[in-house]
Amino acid sequence: MIKVENLSKAFGPKLAVNNVSFTVERGEVLGFLGPNGAGKSTSMRMITGFIPPSAGAISVGGFNMLEQPIEAKRLIGYLPENAPSYTDMTVSGFLGFTAEIRGLTGEAKTKAVNRVIEMCFLESVMHQSVETLSKGYRHRTCFAQSIIHDPDVLVLDEPTDGLDPNQKHEIRQLIKRMGEKKAIVFSTHILEEVDAVCSRAIIIDRGQIVANGTPAQLRQKSDYAGAVLLRTSGISAAEIKDKLSQLATVKRTAILKEEMHEVSARVYPQASCPNGELARSIAEVVGREKWKVAELHTEEGRLDEVFRSITLPDTTREAKP
Amino acid sequence: MSAIANIKTIAKRELSGYFASPVAYVFIVIFLLMIGFFTFMAGGFFERGEASLISFFLWHPWLYLFLVPAVGMRLWSEERRSGTMELLLTMPITAWQAIVGKFVASWIFLALALFLTFPVVITVNYLGDADMGPIFCGYIGSLLLAGGYLAISCMTSAMTRNQVVSFIVSVVICLLMILAGWPPVTNMFVQWAAPWLVNIVAGFSVMPHFEGFHRGVLDSRDIIFFLSIIGFSLFGTSVIIRSHRAG
Repeated sequence: MIKVENLSKAFGPKLAVNNVSFTVERGEVLGFLGPNGAGKSTSMRMITGFIPPSAGAISVGGFNMLEQPIEAKRLIGYLPENAPSYTDMTVSGFLGFTAEIRGLTGEAKTKAVNRVIEMCFLESVMHQSVETLSKGYRHRTCFAQSIIHDPDVLVLDEPTDGLDPNQKHEIRQLIKRMGEKKAIVFSTHILEEVDAVCSRAIIIDRGQIVANGTPAQLRQKSDYAGAVLLRTSGISAAEIKDKLSQLATVKRTAILKEEMHEVSARVYPQASCPNGELARSIAEVVGREKWKVAELHTEEGRLDEVFRSITLPDTTREAKP
Repeated sequence: MSAIANIKTIAKRELSGYFASPVAYVFIVIFLLMIGFFTFMAGGFFERGEASLISFFLWHPWLYLFLVPAVGMRLWSEERRSGTMELLLTMPITAWQAIVGKFVASWIFLALALFLTFPVVITVNYLGDADMGPIFCGYIGSLLLAGGYLAISCMTSAMTRNQVVSFIVSVVICLLMILAGWPPVTNMFVQWAAPWLVNIVAGFSVMPHFEGFHRGVLDSRDIIFFLSIIGFSLFGTSVIIRSHRAG
C-alpha cells in the first residue's frame, strides 16, 4: 500500500532524510524507530504529502503523492506529531468537520463520527470544546480524526506520546486490531511498543535506515541474544568461571553480581553453538556439581540494547560532523 | 463540484470559529460603535445637511486599516502556531481550496459586520430623501475595500506564526496603499523618479478607487483594481505556504 523509494529531504545543507526506501503492505504494522531528530517526523510528513521530498518517490495505494496528491491523501489517515486540532471547536464538531472534508455527509457523517467517538472512548467529552480537554483526550480526539474515514493507510506520529499507561494500552490494542486490515506506519521511541504492536520495525538514525526486520530478527542482533543468565548460591564466582570455561559451547562468562553467597553470571555462547545447546550444557554442569540454582534461562536479546548499539546517542551526535 | 464543497466546508468551520470565541462579538460591537462615532460626531453627518452617506463611507478606509488586519491576522498564523496546518494540508484538498475557503469565511464575517450598519441607511432615509444609488455603490465599494485589506492580511499571516507581527505588517502595507496617492507622498517621488513611476505608485492608492463608489459610480476599473489586489494577495499566500512547506 505504501511504497517509498530513495526518499531524501534536505533542509538547507542539512540532510534530514537520506535515501530511505521501504514498503508497507496491507495487514502490516510498521514501527518507525529512531532517536529524536533522526528524521522520523520528516519522513512521515513526506509520506502524507505535507512537505514535498527533495528527491525520491512516494506512492500510496498506487497513487503517486506528487502527481496525484488528492487521490493519495484520500486513502491516508494521519495523526501528526503533538496531535493538533482546532481547539475552539467541540470534539464532535471537529470530528464532523474532518468527516465532511473527507467527503462524508448526512447520515454517513453522523455514523462515522459516532463510530470513532465510541472507538476512542470520547463519549464523555463529545460536547466539550477541545481546549478544555486534558492531553490524553486531545490526543485521542486527533487519533479519532485520523480513522474517521476508515482509511486503508494509517500514518501515526508518536500515537502514544503523553498518554497514561492505560490509555497507551488501549491505543496499542486499537492499532494492533486495525493493523489486520490496514497498512499502518507508526513512529515511536518506546521500544516495548514495537513488541506489543509491530509486525515489522525499521530503525532510522541520522536520516538513514540502519535496521529493518521483525522485532525477533532485530533482537537477534543483540549481543545478549542466546546468552544464558545463571544465578546460583553457595559457590564462588571463580569456581563458576572455571567450570564453565571448560565447556565447548561457552565463549565467555561475565560475572554480573557477586554478593553474600549469591552470584549472577551471563554466559555467552560460541558463534557455532546451536540455539538452546548452551543452556543444556550448563544444566549438565549444574547437575554434576550439585550447584544450587535460583535462575537459569536463555535470553532473547534486548531491543533497547540493539537500538543503542546501532544508533548514536545525542551527545556524540553533536561532536561528530 | 467537490472543490466548491471543500471550500464550503472550510469556510463553514472558519466562520463558526469566529463565533465560538469572543472575537466576533467584540469586533462587531467595536466596529459599530466606531463607525457611529466617526459618522455622526467626527464626520459631521447632521451639519452637512444633506441626505447622503459621504460622512459614513469617508471613514471606512481608516477604520478598516486597523480592524480588518485584526480579523485576518489569525487566519494562517494560528494554523501554523497550533500545527493544524499540517492536518489541513494533508486532507484531500488543494492548498487553494483551503486559502479561498478561509478567505471567504472572513470576508463573509466582515460583510455581516458591514450589513449591521443598516440603521445608518434607515436614519438617512428617515431624515431626508436619500439617493439610494450612491449608497448601494458605496456598500459594494466598502465590501471590496475590506476584501482587499483582508487578502493582504491573509498573506501576511501566512508569513509568520506570530499574530502580532502579522497584524503590524498588514497595517503598514494597508497604510501604504492608502497614502500612495496622497500629494506629500507623490511629491516625494516627483523629485527624482520618472513620471511613469510616480503614476504607478499613485495607481496603487486605494483612495481614488474607493471614492468613485460612494459618489455612486460603478467603474469596472475600480472593481478590477480591488479584485486584482485580492487575487494577487491570495496568490502570494499560496506561494508563501508552498515555500514554507518545501522548507
